[in-house]
Amino acid sequence: MTTAPQPKQSIFSPELVRGAVRASFAKLSPRDQARNPVMFVVYLGTALTAYLTVANLVTGKPWGYELAITLLLLLTVLFANFAEGMAEARGKAQAASLRSAREDVKARRLVNGQEELVAGTALERGDLVVVEAGEMIPADGEIVEGLASVDESAITGESAPVIREAGTDHSGVTGGTKVLSDRIVIQITSGAGESFLDRMIALVEGASRQKTPNEIALSILLSGLTLIFLLAVVTLYPFTVYAGAPASAVTLIALLVCLIPTTIGGLLPAIGIAGMDRALQANVIAKSGKAVEVAGDVDVLLLDKTGTITIGNRMATKFHPLPGVTEAELAKAALLSSLADPTPEGKSIVALARQLGVDAPEPAGAEFIEFTAQTRMSGVDFPGTSIRKGAGSRISALAQERGGQLPPELAAITDEVSRQGATPLTVIENDRLLGVVALSDIIKPGIRERFEQLRRMGLRTVMITGDNPLTAEAIAKEAGVDGFLAEATPEDKMEMIKQEQASGKLVAMMGDGTNDAPALAQADVGLAMNSGTQAAKEAGNMVDLDSDPTKLLEVVEIGKGLLITRGALTTFSIANDVAKYFAILPALFVTAYPQLGVLNVMGLHSPTSAVLSAVIFNALIIPVLIPLALRGVPYQPMSAGALLNRNLLVYGGGGILVPFIAIKLIDLLIGGLMS
Amino acid sequence: MSASLLQFVVLLGVMAALVVPVGNWLYGVATGQKDTALERLTYRVIGINPRERMDWKRYGLAIVVSNLVMLLLAYLLIRLQGALPWNPAGLAAQSPDLAWNTVVSFMTNTNWQAYSGEQSLSYFSQMAVITTFMFTSAATGFAAALAFMRGLAGRDGTNLGNFWVDVTRLIYRVLLPVCFGLALVFVWQGMPQTLGAYANATTLEGAAQRIALGPVASLESIKHVGTNGGGFFSMNAAHPFENPTPLTNALHILSMLLLPSALTYVFGRMLGNLKQGWVIFGGMLVMFVGFLGTVYSFEQAGNPILSKLGAEQAITATQAGGNMEGKEVRFGIAQTSLFATTTTAATTGSVDSMHDSYTGMGGFVPMLQMMLNNVFGGKGVGFINFVQYLVLGVFIAGLMVGRTPEFLGKKIEAKEVKLTMLAVLAHPLSILGFTALACVLPGALNSLNNPGPHGFSEILYAYTSGTANNGSAFAGLSANTFFYNLTIGLSMLMGRYLTLLPMLAVAGMLAAKRRVPAGSGTLPTDTALFGALTVFVILIVGALTFLPALTLGPVADHLQMLRGVVLK
Repeated sequence: MTTAPQPKQSIFSPELVRGAVRASFAKLSPRDQARNPVMFVVYLGTALTAYLTVANLVTGKPWGYELAITLLLLLTVLFANFAEGMAEARGKAQAASLRSAREDVKARRLVNGQEELVAGTALERGDLVVVEAGEMIPADGEIVEGLASVDESAITGESAPVIREAGTDHSGVTGGTKVLSDRIVIQITSGAGESFLDRMIALVEGASRQKTPNEIALSILLSGLTLIFLLAVVTLYPFTVYAGAPASAVTLIALLVCLIPTTIGGLLPAIGIAGMDRALQANVIAKSGKAVEVAGDVDVLLLDKTGTITIGNRMATKFHPLPGVTEAELAKAALLSSLADPTPEGKSIVALARQLGVDAPEPAGAEFIEFTAQTRMSGVDFPGTSIRKGAGSRISALAQERGGQLPPELAAITDEVSRQGATPLTVIENDRLLGVVALSDIIKPGIRERFEQLRRMGLRTVMITGDNPLTAEAIAKEAGVDGFLAEATPEDKMEMIKQEQASGKLVAMMGDGTNDAPALAQADVGLAMNSGTQAAKEAGNMVDLDSDPTKLLEVVEIGKGLLITRGALTTFSIANDVAKYFAILPALFVTAYPQLGVLNVMGLHSPTSAVLSAVIFNALIIPVLIPLALRGVPYQPMSAGALLNRNLLVYGGGGILVPFIAIKLIDLLIGGLMS
Repeated sequence: MSASLLQFVVLLGVMAALVVPVGNWLYGVATGQKDTALERLTYRVIGINPRERMDWKRYGLAIVVSNLVMLLLAYLLIRLQGALPWNPAGLAAQSPDLAWNTVVSFMTNTNWQAYSGEQSLSYFSQMAVITTFMFTSAATGFAAALAFMRGLAGRDGTNLGNFWVDVTRLIYRVLLPVCFGLALVFVWQGMPQTLGAYANATTLEGAAQRIALGPVASLESIKHVGTNGGGFFSMNAAHPFENPTPLTNALHILSMLLLPSALTYVFGRMLGNLKQGWVIFGGMLVMFVGFLGTVYSFEQAGNPILSKLGAEQAITATQAGGNMEGKEVRFGIAQTSLFATTTTAATTGSVDSMHDSYTGMGGFVPMLQMMLNNVFGGKGVGFINFVQYLVLGVFIAGLMVGRTPEFLGKKIEAKEVKLTMLAVLAHPLSILGFTALACVLPGALNSLNNPGPHGFSEILYAYTSGTANNGSAFAGLSANTFFYNLTIGLSMLMGRYLTLLPMLAVAGMLAAKRRVPAGSGTLPTDTALFGALTVFVILIVGALTFLPALTLGPVADHLQMLRGVVLK
């Protein structure tokens, strides 16, 4: 995987904190607050206690306690705003560093065949621009003419240049990247402020951010809990009236705020934004928060063989000489035919031959014959000798043309090589068939274990390949994938996705070509490679700036991490209530029924200090958990049962215990201050 | 002590042993394709199509409409009982508010009795209204539970079954035969079963005594099998005619748990996953045993105030010891604790002792069980309530395994969460809301017998009992006033329909959803861990809501008792 260019930010860098603090106050408007029902209750409670403080001040009653509660509640609201502000600021900072590359770029716009120089930001969708070697690409677009090597390191961090060509599946270019060679004409696909990056920034910022389905459902749950606790607290007043010692309104509001799930309520927006931030850190642009969330639910991963499961290219692994031919003979011929071959396959043949101790200098007057789709073979001609290597059927035909013999063993050898998952490459020298070079796919190291992990997580992996079923099966077996689709056409992929979906499963896939677009749109998570065509990028719901096929796995983990973080903090927040009850209830009731003092199991200093400690804990726990909310609870690949066991223990058990200890410590501090 | 333990183990063992056979039998009733001749006749007479498939809306509507019609009819019968036959004692009609309370109470299977049966209802009313409702309200609840299960297990949102068929089959095939057999046993044990006039006797002192009789045995059997709880006599199951021997006491306990516990097995069979049913059963049983242990230990520990007065409360060779105030000697602490735990767990509401006389913490348990209303729970509603918390547990825990929550292969989304929260909200809204109202409304507190925390418990218990459709009374509260008749009646309606209907809707919606096949990444809900999680959610969400109120009532009461404070 390539590394992201942005420096890793510490969570609380001063610059981000400054922005988040500003946001904390800016978000105090009722309109912003009303978006979050749980925190809105705290907001209203703050207003109420503020009023009671002032009322006491005016009427000459004591007001210190009331003021303290008011300030603490205000702090709770500000902390929640701060969490959201932090998440936004981080997302914006990451996006901005990606975007900074394209600022101030001049574009050579083509108007009726004439070039004119305009600012990059003035470009509109559909404009044609010319970019030549050494120039920056001014905006996202698609090459309509020409071919160029492009340095995309500004976006992907990968220093090796990539080839982008019109009319292929690699015609997409990104603003801010640099053309290294040749001249291309680009059709701009997104005007200023409309690029995927711009859209993502808008998603991270409050304005166009929509709550995701699971976030909505969780909000409803939290609102319901808030209502229940509101009921429990509001009815307490009449109950204490009955008991002969009416509870103070300020303490009741404090109790309410402590009981409602403010911890998760305050951090919920931040968690959602942080999920998108994390995607962005992985150089994936999510087009909606929903896309990240759905990634956690994926059941089936459709993975392209090349680049994901195997190292991009096949390598020569073995020479299979025909009877009457020595291995060295075959190796030498193969070596000679590959010396001038620049492809990785050619180079691997040279390497294998040299490994066997066979070497030869390039013969004088050699003419290298390149592989073409028509001839389906490559080779070398030098005086007196003509060597070709290529697909078995093609070379056999050539042998007959040249009047050579077809040894009966050839078919057996090619079949055997195929069965082992390798591609047979037949070699012929003049009219004599020498044997077969086995080109094997090299399975990426560690990928088998990774699939094993995925299986434990409940994910099925399906390998997509253009290979014949025999080869595909062998590779699938070796890599440990759960299934494969051989000789796959885009239609086959689409069909497979629909089938899986019909049985209730969610499917993720990665693609880059225009003919992948329908499948990308059909898949629940469609991750388009940034190098891919515009159609593919429009169809998917995420774009991978690195164009790295293994990214799909990371995206799934980010989605799961997001959901786990929500669940863990919800559990923690609810479990906290036990300790808060034990802090506040005795304080609230001890006047009416002194015997209830025994419920003060933490031995808190006084009723006032008990209430204050609980409220302080409730406020402080929000900033304390911000790093967890932003980084996310790390996803451990294990079975759901084991995960539940672990997280329940940590966040449920911890949620019950932590506040007992923390409230006691805060109370010791306050008690010390008071006396 | 060991004798008590043995009783618990034997009774709960028998209960557990009955789960599978009764469950299989109920499953057959719920899923059988054939109608009996009697059933076909019944369908023809009431003019319904037994093959009609109902979605949740249709099913819910059938429940509401049938209940409403019965409610009106029953109200008329009670108001007109003076002019109707079988009224040997010549009892007049109940007042409008009391009649409202009575019919709502029996329609919702609450069986809260703001009246004394023997002094207020004619034999005709007892049979035509009370006993009839005991069958129909129980059958309605169980039918709703069956429809709910079909929804959760099903793949077809348009078919939760047929309400009329469910009710008819439950009455004909389950309730009537069981009750008939049980009634015979009860008669053998000494319960009266007569339409004759009250007996006149001369006491040893020579005073004339009029002894109330009636068709007791027939009512007693359905009272417990249907988890109804309304007694023939005011003293309910503490009355020697309603509960003459320890054997009848044990049978009462078993019949209360018979159907609610078997429902968990029915659910397992419907899902094709028996383990899921057993996990629910296990969760309920664990809570039950915990609560039973609490009542028993606090009651056995006794009341220090009574000790000071010289009452012997220790276990000796000749007596069981403990707090015997308000308890029957023939049952002792163990059977009484078991009865109290069962009647509030299964929300039956019959009592064989006065819960008012328990120690504070002894009374805490019955209240909490009714507030939760899912420790087995009565008439199918308890099962639905348990699943409601299961859904909440799934939602929270499901997230913790890194997937959006799914239950039984169906995604739990905003709509389902909304309806589930509505159902969760119903109990606190009714219980806490009405109790708060009673605390501040002028005059409402005049009904109290006791001041302080104990008086508060009396009000809290009344609304809890009403909302949980339990019907037992803490006693001590004179509930036959316009205010209490009205509000307790309302609390019964809220408790029954505001949980039952939303959850039925949830089941219907889930049925219509596409099933996601389970994998190793999906949250398993049929494990002991998940059962424990559900209990955790029940205790945190369900119990914490009521903790402040319980603290001001039974907890303060108990601590006061420990301090030796005597109520004035």
